Amino acid sequence: MSPTQLTGMTLRQARDGLLKKSFSAVELVESHIDAIATHSQLNAFITETPDLARAQAVKADERLARQEGGPLEGLPIAMKDLFCTEGVRTTAASRILGNFVPPYESTVSANLKQAGAVMLGKTSLDEFAMGSSNTTSAFGAVINPWKRRSDPEARLVPGGSSGGSAAAVAARMALAATGTDTGGSIRQPAAFCGIVGLKPTYGRCSRWGIIAFASSLDQAGPMARTVEDVAMMLQAMAGHDPKDSTSAPIAVPDFSAALTGDIRGLKIGVPKEYRPSGLSSEMVKLWDDGIDMLKDAGATPVEISLPHSKYALATYYIVAPAECSSNLARYDGVRYGLRVEGKTLDEMYAKTRAAGFGTEVRRRIMIGTYVLSAGYYDAYYAKAQKLRSLIARDFQQAFELVDVILTPTAPTPAFAIGDNDEDPVTMWLNDIFTVPTSLAGLPGLSLPTGLSADGLPLGLQLIGRPFDEETLLRVAGVLEKAAAFTALPPGLGG
Amino acid sequence: MSMVIQGETGDWEMVIGLEVHAQVTSQAKLFSGAATDFGRPPNSQVSLVDAAMPGMLPVINEQCIYQAVRTGLGLRAVINLTSVFARKNYFYADLPQGYQISQYEQPIVGEGEVVLDMPDGSTRRVGIERLHLEQDAGKSLHDQHPTKSFIDLNRSGVALMEIVSKPDMRCPEEAAVYVAKLRSILRYLGSCDGNMAEGSLRCDANVSVRKPGEGLRTRAEIKNVNSLRFLQQAIEYEARRQIDLYEEGGQVVQETRLFDANKGETRSMRSKEHAHDYRYFPDPDLLPLTLTPAYVSAIKADLPELPDQKKERFVREYCLTPYDAGVLVAEQANADFFETVAKGRDAKLACNWVTGDFAAVMNRLGRSIEDPPVTAEHLGQLIDLIADNTISGRIAKEVFELMVETGQAPAVLVEERGLKQVTDSGAIEAAIDAVLTANSGKVSEYRSGKDKLFGFFVGQVMKNTGGKANPALVNDVLRKKLEG
Repeated sequence: MSPTQLTGMTLRQARDGLLKKSFSAVELVESHIDAIATHSQLNAFITETPDLARAQAVKADERLARQEGGPLEGLPIAMKDLFCTEGVRTTAASRILGNFVPPYESTVSANLKQAGAVMLGKTSLDEFAMGSSNTTSAFGAVINPWKRRSDPEARLVPGGSSGGSAAAVAARMALAATGTDTGGSIRQPAAFCGIVGLKPTYGRCSRWGIIAFASSLDQAGPMARTVEDVAMMLQAMAGHDPKDSTSAPIAVPDFSAALTGDIRGLKIGVPKEYRPSGLSSEMVKLWDDGIDMLKDAGATPVEISLPHSKYALATYYIVAPAECSSNLARYDGVRYGLRVEGKTLDEMYAKTRAAGFGTEVRRRIMIGTYVLSAGYYDAYYAKAQKLRSLIARDFQQAFELVDVILTPTAPTPAFAIGDNDEDPVTMWLNDIFTVPTSLAGLPGLSLPTGLSADGLPLGLQLIGRPFDEETLLRVAGVLEKAAAFTALPPGLGG
Repeated sequence: MSMVIQGETGDWEMVIGLEVHAQVTSQAKLFSGAATDFGRPPNSQVSLVDAAMPGMLPVINEQCIYQAVRTGLGLRAVINLTSVFARKNYFYADLPQGYQISQYEQPIVGEGEVVLDMPDGSTRRVGIERLHLEQDAGKSLHDQHPTKSFIDLNRSGVALMEIVSKPDMRCPEEAAVYVAKLRSILRYLGSCDGNMAEGSLRCDANVSVRKPGEGLRTRAEIKNVNSLRFLQQAIEYEARRQIDLYEEGGQVVQETRLFDANKGETRSMRSKEHAHDYRYFPDPDLLPLTLTPAYVSAIKADLPELPDQKKERFVREYCLTPYDAGVLVAEQANADFFETVAKGRDAKLACNWVTGDFAAVMNRLGRSIEDPPVTAEHLGQLIDLIADNTISGRIAKEVFELMVETGQAPAVLVEERGLKQVTDSGAIEAAIDAVLTANSGKVSEYRSGKDKLFGFFVGQVMKNTGGKANPALVNDVLRKKLEG
């Protein structure tokens, strides 16, 4: 097979090919290492680990030959640089951790390793996963492989914060990748890059060893090119971990088996509040088309109400910064990471953190510190927690009527680098459809179902009941088939 | 009891509340598996969690919860079936996370009480406001290098119980008795070793003063008092300082003050500009802690006999005075020692020996109850020898010293050294006759009314018998002979 054929496969196809010995893991990995070099201008990776990947591929071939391979044996994937990887630099795309090499492996990346997956490198992200554009990385912006038809020269964002992973998967540099999602950081970049991204239920994947942004929201999940691939990835990533007190002690179902293709009788919720007047007509059409596709497959659309979702962004931008202001206090220059010397301890802190953190991270630390301060706590943080309960209750009530909810993933297709830099709030609006799900801890999946008039991928989001990723994947599988999204980023056409 | 301090503007009264930090006895830290042994090389007991490495998460150590619940029950306190760990945010070099995980609005233990046994035999009740679990910080070492500070994280993350009293104490002595009693309860429960020198029990005092009958005035918090003596000194000094301040027309500011043991004074520790806003919020890495009523009742059923119950029993079973009983039960090992000695014997005599000669020798030799100079069995046997008139009380003291020196059983010593009491009335009579014959002049003086000479004759007889004559018998026979 040609290198392009090897990188153009789905995770499932590659798995089958390895088992049938159509090619070796070494060949498969080598072709992806080449693809990473070819697309280096996208800046998707912060740290590439080709030598490690080759060594892992050799071992994978040995295990495959002995028929001892794990479920992802020899399959090359990319790892968001928020997962601590033993012996491999882990930066969170921040200067403050620019040279940090963890002596431990995160549970999720260890699970993937255990399943036989080969790590190609660490993908870029918004600094500490704070952003929706991947422009806040200390290692430079990531470029979306997709181009506007009207303006092919414009460099578009891949979305964020898992923008490096999304770009890598979309540009065929990796068969799949890990992401993390706090307010939309898997789903929005998946939508912008025309791939599938799943944020599992909070507690489905262990957070141990993932650099924390907002602990009550952070959740790891897979990014891949098909719903089936996402199911395969999640299978390996998920599971209870006693090292994470918020990890759910429940069994992991067989996600691939959930893809029956049969959604007859399911009720699909369509929230009336998610149709703001400013939503573009092409996005409204995409959504309506999606509803029709599911209807055609035997499901019933039901209008539902999520009345508190309008407070979701405000709530999120209190809760997440509050937690981040505390979570990021450990980056103080004392034990690891960047240190800028000062005459006093306080001066060292100030200089280290000023030099180590970028603008967006500093902004959120300041907001978080403010909302937790004496005299403001009740007005902001305590109120936000109440709203969070109300938002969760909205979903709970909705799920008494429906089985899954269908919404757009993001209000717009990918925008150009620099477009929203001046106004953080416009930037934050990207997460308007994804944030409520995060606050409620629910699973959410984004998949591409169409192209914008300007040739950019658009995604729809499916939201499920807690720990019911199976139904989510089942419906997503049907929608994927119906939408038949086959477009490729320019230059990647096979 | 209330201590009144006379000021220039009239009488003043102290109001004292204490915050005791007790290190939980546990193999591992509150949220990590690292060991907690004292005195290990710096940074040798530090897990990735304790060092706050990126992506590390706390997991509650169940043993620490168990100890906190036990302690709460020992303090007759409400156990909160739901409690919440919160983050207390502040920057310091020996606080790796940049926050301490503590409990704020919902502690694991609510209101309870401690009964104080005052030296005058009276008791006083001090309310417990709450007990919560929290992490200890590491240690900054500023004396290892001329320009640098070193950090030892061995202590970082070790579980502490912060036990907060109500402002129920009115004099330094009560504060000291409170801490001693609390320490005693913790040691009985085995939830804290109570070692103040090693820092496993630390104490902060909230002190204010007021005119009798007034409401509470502004308090100052005194930190760093690491002995009962310093605690009393610090409170005394602080109360005086506040009274002087008020009487000069000044105001007390709410602040944290540090006790300087060398100067015996307190001084302001943090200025207002550095006032901390800890930005407490529930720790999102930890779910609320929920306990089942069954879990709590199982712990309750398994509680050991605590000092107050033991004291009550000692008074009842051994007819001891409340004060004696209180002294004996303060340390469980002392109480156990006493019970071994007293079992089936004269309890008052046993108490006198344990708290008297035995305690004195132990102090003199610097021994502990775990390594006693005389075993409880031997001391009991000594008391048996007194009770059955084998030796007199006086000889017993001599035998006791020999027991301390040789470690031998009292019966063996008495036998070997011929210290057995002479109860043969014939022999005693002979000895008395000899004394009376040799001192015929004094006999006449006695008979003409000089009663006080009786003691002289007793002394002579005892001297001549080497102290072995039964004193009661000597008295008896001598009286008959002199008056007969």
